[in-house]
Amino acid sequence: MTFDAALPLQSGASIRGYTLAYETYGRLNADKSNAVLICHALNASHHVAGVYEGQPKSEGWWDNMIGPGKPVDTDKFFVIGVNNLGSCFGSTGPMHVNPDTGKVYGADFPVVTVEDWVNAQARLLDVMGIQTLAAVMGGSLGGMQALSWTLQYPGRVRHAVVVASAPNLNAENIAFNEVARRAIVTDPDFHGGHFYEHGVIPKRGLRIARMIGHITYLSDDVMNEKFGRELRSAVAGTVREAYQYSTQDIEFQIESYLRYQGDKFSEYFDANTYLLITRALDYFDPARRHDGDLTRALAAARCKFLLVSFSTDWRFSPKRSREIVKALLDNRRELSYAEIDAPHGHDAFLLDDARYMKLVRSYFQGIERELVS
Amino acid sequence: MSDRLTLETIASLVPQGARVLDLGCGDGALLAHLQATRGCSGYGIEIADDNVLACVQRGVNVIQLNLDEGLALFEDQSFDVVLQIDTLQHLRNAEVVLRETARVGRTGIVAFPNFAHWPNRLSVLRGRMPVTRRLPYQWYDTPNIRVGTHADLEVLAQRNGLQILDSFGIHNGRAVRFAPNLLASTAVLKFSR
Repeated sequence: MTFDAALPLQSGASIRGYTLAYETYGRLNADKSNAVLICHALNASHHVAGVYEGQPKSEGWWDNMIGPGKPVDTDKFFVIGVNNLGSCFGSTGPMHVNPDTGKVYGADFPVVTVEDWVNAQARLLDVMGIQTLAAVMGGSLGGMQALSWTLQYPGRVRHAVVVASAPNLNAENIAFNEVARRAIVTDPDFHGGHFYEHGVIPKRGLRIARMIGHITYLSDDVMNEKFGRELRSAVAGTVREAYQYSTQDIEFQIESYLRYQGDKFSEYFDANTYLLITRALDYFDPARRHDGDLTRALAAARCKFLLVSFSTDWRFSPKRSREIVKALLDNRRELSYAEIDAPHGHDAFLLDDARYMKLVRSYFQGIERELVS
Repeated sequence: MSDRLTLETIASLVPQGARVLDLGCGDGALLAHLQATRGCSGYGIEIADDNVLACVQRGVNVIQLNLDEGLALFEDQSFDVVLQIDTLQHLRNAEVVLRETARVGRTGIVAFPNFAHWPNRLSVLRGRMPVTRRLPYQWYDTPNIRVGTHADLEVLAQRNGLQILDSFGIHNGRAVRFAPNLLASTAVLKFSR
């Protein structure tokens, strides 16, 4: 959907003539009360569920969670997935033409924030005629958007499901983002963000950015269990013979995995998008406008919450979710909070875990009962 | 102690419309009952995954938390009533949580199995640890790591400077006000800071 009117951005800049790619699943009911907005994280899109016709491997990124008969049941709810501004999966991003200059945005794409994304999503809902969401839901950066919805549009959200998220990034998290950004920016093919004109892609930087990301999405235990010290070419014999004694070839399985993930990512992801999205993560901090007081920041929220964290997630740890829980409790908001003891680190929010799936299913069944009554 | 009559006896101690925190809320039955019959609001605290799920299924607010880590999430006197129903006997830091109960709630209500109930005394006199309907576990596999009496609970409360507002027993779902340390299988204490 294309929006001609300019969207004012938090930075003071604005963007006009932009497109938002979105998908919907299920049917909007007569009183338009069953809409659920799904917000995506770094490397995802509006394609949250289902497969495209004739493309058997095109499952949506949250297909285990959303669909007919699934925890977020599209037989009951009208689910909307939106690709955020600045992304590289269909909505207007740095690879598109700036209508003001007639040139590709590149590095000149305006810096967008979580709040800007939420405003853009709200405009899309306006056009769809949806005033109030039965729920807004997201994990990680998507959870930040869900939380921000409850503060920016408290009257338009009845429930927020915030999974594996945080009220802001800590220094360590910003540090990881910065390493990834430096890897991209210092790639000779980056050309200050205007690599499109040069017909190149800063793949080396993207690969390294993705490798760092992957390390932080897994837990120590899972990585050891999956790869351990396993060698890529396990040659029988003594240790001395099995090693290649090379500093640059792939020796360990974990290296092979990371390089593969990096290669795959660099084929489809946009370098400027990576910079923009990690910056949006860094900037998100609703308490900042309230002298760092999260309780005061969340006073605006009116809806009910389900918060979920995962015990081995060190990127968005349970402790960070508990900060949100505490601020909501201080404001006497209705909420439930579950801490799932799962081994998979941050990735757990995208994986099948019976307790997690049942919990979300039960919560949405509760929302559905409210719709009926 | 999930039978209906006991649940109602305990619910009757909670004022209409109270904001309630239920420590170790189990499947949320008591909170659901308080919400439905007494217009109460609040949250349950649970550590067990299946109980957290049961609460969400009932539409009871629940927060998954290990009580042995304390109640740092909750501000002083932020609830009208804090319940600790059949919870204390499972806690490593039972004394700290008792104090925390009084800090967070204007009123605290603790109920737990009374080891001094006469059949238990008889059993110990015969030289064996009691196994009853109320204390159905063998000594070697009981989840009750704190075994105490009604009188013990009163002493602990007093030692922590708590003001005892009411103290009685429950047996077969009914309040026991005469010699509860002897005649009731459950000890109940209502207190404040």
